[in-house]
Amino acid sequence: MTSQGSLGKDLTGLEHMSPEHIRLILDTAEPFKEVSERPIKKVPALRGKTIVNLFFEASTRTRISFEFAEKRLSADTVNVAATGSSVSKGETLVDTARNLEAMRIDMVVIRHPSSGAAEFLGNRIASNVINAGDGQHEHPTQALLDLLSIRDKHGKIQGLKVCLVGDVLHSRVARSNLWGLTKLGAEVAVCGPRTLLPRGIEDLGVTVFGRVEEAIEWADVLNVLRLQLERMEKGFIPSLREYYRVFGVTPERLERSPRPITIMHPGPMNRGVEIDSRVADGPHSIILDQVTNGVAVRMAVLYLLAGGRAELADAAKRGTGGGSE
Amino acid sequence: MPRSSKTEDRTTLLDARAMSRALQRMAVEILELAHGTDDLVLVGIQRRGVELAERLAKLIEKDEGVSVPRGALDITLYRDDLETVGPTPVIGETRLPGDLTGRHAVIVDDVLYTGRTVRAALDELADFGRPKRISLCVLVDRGGRELPIQADIVGHVVKTVPGDRVDVQVEEIDGRDQVDLVR
Repeated sequence: MTSQGSLGKDLTGLEHMSPEHIRLILDTAEPFKEVSERPIKKVPALRGKTIVNLFFEASTRTRISFEFAEKRLSADTVNVAATGSSVSKGETLVDTARNLEAMRIDMVVIRHPSSGAAEFLGNRIASNVINAGDGQHEHPTQALLDLLSIRDKHGKIQGLKVCLVGDVLHSRVARSNLWGLTKLGAEVAVCGPRTLLPRGIEDLGVTVFGRVEEAIEWADVLNVLRLQLERMEKGFIPSLREYYRVFGVTPERLERSPRPITIMHPGPMNRGVEIDSRVADGPHSIILDQVTNGVAVRMAVLYLLAGGRAELADAAKRGTGGGSE
Repeated sequence: MPRSSKTEDRTTLLDARAMSRALQRMAVEILELAHGTDDLVLVGIQRRGVELAERLAKLIEKDEGVSVPRGALDITLYRDDLETVGPTPVIGETRLPGDLTGRHAVIVDDVLYTGRTVRAALDELADFGRPKRISLCVLVDRGGRELPIQADIVGHVVKTVPGDRVDVQVEEIDGRDQVDLVR
């Protein structure tokens, strides 16, 4: 465990994270689930820490999930949305963050439409930075909660066949999932219209299915991605109805699977487009478990980042070894 | 956890038989302190305190013929030293047998030293209800308190200096029952 060390200052993505660190976050999330079941859903671990949720893009689920995680750890939180703030007056990202830092904050959770924004910020301010989605780059906490939900359901990730269905090309959720799943030893496939799959994705060792029926026959888990409606306007797909007809995950299609398939969706869902309501609400859907796990995973990330350095974590272990307190 | 070092001097404070006798006496003392088992809840502190609470509960159950509710408490998230020592890599389970309001909770831990763990446990228990009484029961009291906290029931008292280590081993985790002083 000593070799796991700490996560470092920021969480910007899973691409460069070691499998050990990913497992450390998932294992740490486990006990945090129970905190949300307590009569008083709060522990004092981050008492006195100030966290700014800096959201340059609309978000309900992720922002609320982070806010619950922060509050359940007793941190003080401030939400800053791009609209109605100085950002809309033309202030740069770094200026905004530096101004916040001048007010003595400890962490920033950032969502931004530009890929790389979280890392850019992390390199320029002393506070911990957590990426809550940057452009088409990564959405690491979503992938971590997906991994936790898969592990809860199947007891493992190694060797499982997981297929991402839909708009893989534009999806930061898909990208973070690909990194996380492969690092933990899952077999990964993608399925969707060719226009919505990244070119050369086969070269990363990812299986590509052109038909959703093939994916269903193959997979243990389907992670159904949200089809962003503006994709249609930009000509990636002919129509939503056509998309549902060809790629929609329906009970009729799932019936032909040789095994029960776990159904996931990062939300918000377009019912009747990428996923049929009967599937979303069906017995194999773990979509709401994903939401519950989201809070626990984010608590784990906040806790681990707030704590700091590797050698200090080791010292803590020495201090508690054999119950010497 | 035993650690090897050239200059280490290890003295056994309690062997398996002595530990068994201490636990039996502690079980009786818990019964006396709580006037029976009616409101009694044993709460072990992760990790070895949980095993010791389980042992004590079984001893009481054997004598009294009733079941004693027990819980486990991990105080990691209530520590006051996250800033200085960093996060503990793996946090243990916390589970309590229902609302503690009106119950007599007995905190069970292996070693009482600075008292900071107990301080954290008291804060954490308060978030699970309002027990009518909280007592503290430890296998070893090694002195060295940094807070005004004392145990109600003690298995063994030993004087130590900072730098000493008290190694408690329990069958369920370490494969044997033994308490050593390492200096």
